[in-house]
Amino acid sequence: MRIIFKTDYMQDLRPWKDGYQLSLYLLLIAAAIVAPFVFDAFFLGELTNVLIWALAGLGLMVLTGHTGQASLGHAAFLALGCYANIILVEAGVPFLIAFPLAGIITGLVGMVIAIPALRLHGIYLAIATMAMSILADDIIVLTEHWTGGVGGKYAPPVNVFGIDVDRWGTPKAFYYLVLGVTILVTLGYINLLRSPLGRSFIAVRDSEVSAQAMGIDVARTKAISFGISCAVTGLAGALMGLFAGAFNNETFSVVISIQLLMMIVIGGLGSIHGAFFGAIIIGFLPQFLSISKEWVGALVGGSNVAIPGLEFGIFGMILIMFILFEPMGIYGRWLKIRTWFELFPFYRKDMFKRQKSYLKTERLR
Amino acid sequence: MSLLELENVTLKFGGLTAVDNLSFSVEEGEVFAIVGPNGAGKSTVFNLISRFYTPVTGSIRFDGHDLLKEKSSRVADFGVARTFQNIELFEQATVLENLLVGRHRHRGSNFLTELFFTPSVRKQELQSRHFVEEIIDFLDLQAYREKRIAGLPYGVRKVVEVARALATDPKLLLLDEPASGLSVEETTDMRWWIDDIRRQMGITVLMVEHDMGLVSGVSDRVLAMADGARLALGTPTEVQSDPAVIEAYLGKAS
Repeated sequence: MRIIFKTDYMQDLRPWKDGYQLSLYLLLIAAAIVAPFVFDAFFLGELTNVLIWALAGLGLMVLTGHTGQASLGHAAFLALGCYANIILVEAGVPFLIAFPLAGIITGLVGMVIAIPALRLHGIYLAIATMAMSILADDIIVLTEHWTGGVGGKYAPPVNVFGIDVDRWGTPKAFYYLVLGVTILVTLGYINLLRSPLGRSFIAVRDSEVSAQAMGIDVARTKAISFGISCAVTGLAGALMGLFAGAFNNETFSVVISIQLLMMIVIGGLGSIHGAFFGAIIIGFLPQFLSISKEWVGALVGGSNVAIPGLEFGIFGMILIMFILFEPMGIYGRWLKIRTWFELFPFYRKDMFKRQKSYLKTERLR
Repeated sequence: MSLLELENVTLKFGGLTAVDNLSFSVEEGEVFAIVGPNGAGKSTVFNLISRFYTPVTGSIRFDGHDLLKEKSSRVADFGVARTFQNIELFEQATVLENLLVGRHRHRGSNFLTELFFTPSVRKQELQSRHFVEEIIDFLDLQAYREKRIAGLPYGVRKVVEVARALATDPKLLLLDEPASGLSVEETTDMRWWIDDIRRQMGITVLMVEHDMGLVSGVSDRVLAMADGARLALGTPTEVQSDPAVIEAYLGKAS
């Protein structure tokens, strides 16, 4: 077991615990940079897809994982980010300006929507945001003039510092663009979590009453969280649009919202790692299923039978299993395994068990 | 002028008068206790001061500010910190993070500086940490610094809540039943701490408490309440021997 001796407050303020942990993360980033030279175009595309999902997951994690507000409407913000980016690029705005602008627009719209929506709690907020996601579909059709409606739109080629970035033409460049954005957003996220704003999110999640008593404006904090969440989701949406190449009103359906929420629950709520773990599951599961379907088909002698809804059935089952057996998600499971090895042979089964909380001051609401 | 002044405050929940034309004032530097049977409206008074409730009539003034004009989250900014009767800590955060939330009212950074964690934010965070460590030392919480609240025993949570309130660097500390659910030893500790909070830190304390040993041990003045109204106000001995107070607790001798 590693014991970290602390002699300086900076050791707690740094994002990494010690040199060992820092070198692990640097290795991971190095591996991500080398990846395009190791994998073929297909696998690189899948990797890019996972990173985009992870980015969207980071967006929802701010709101659901850290501020405790469930949202089933984030596909609407993916769509908004995607369309905003494409429309700006088509209007002649350089991608390097259009892309962050798409995030900011989505964030501002999210913040405005949040002001009435966040008066709702728990399941009611989930229903309201789900309605938003369904509405987004109709709004895209109604505003056909800008969005192309049912016919959809095609992503124009974009240019970053004179380099053409295209999903099919230059998959490596596109991968690096996505990787760069994901790393920058993750660093910003880490910075927020170690500052007063990140702590006020957690405070609002765990006890609104005492957050208020500590001088935190709960409504304002929730709105800011919603805004940040939507901005990051908008960035992910813009990348998703470029990745898909073509999209219409059905690309960002309410199913995507549900998948997104599932992803962060499976990954582990309330941790940055969770967004990435969840994205790996959501991103690779369809490929894994189709490969294993072929394999099973070959084994039992049947040909490739299409089973409608198989993917969603399995997604749902995985989600139920996680909620029943591992509410802390994959990241929680990883923490447990790590603690088991660190404390061997002193790990106790109930070490991570959630205790029943004492009486809560609910009357004040 | 008194630090905290309540004047003719009345609060009604439907037909029930929870606080009935109550007036009292807390002087700077004293320990002021509110006692009374269950349902007397003691905690409601705290929630009025915290602005969770708005009274029907009356005024609440703190340190020259009219609290009734302010939002609930502004009350802490003036220097009022509180604890809750049924511990309201941030369960999934560590003790240290809980205390650092207490520093929120001194936040000088904004979203952008925090996003890039500029040197000024770093400096502010280090200062917060220094301040919080002083309180951890003061309340002997060193052993729990990195522990999550969710796994801590009740007695420690009570102390963490006091620590979090102190981390806001308040002028007035509201303690809602600081000794409820504590063992005899822990209650004795709490008594010394309340004494030290007043003497060393110069913080005025207003507390609701049932444990008369603690109340008479630390408080300068005691307000006895029943059915939302004031029964008696005076030194602990005066209040304990007041016939109206005895009647409220024990009933009338036939």
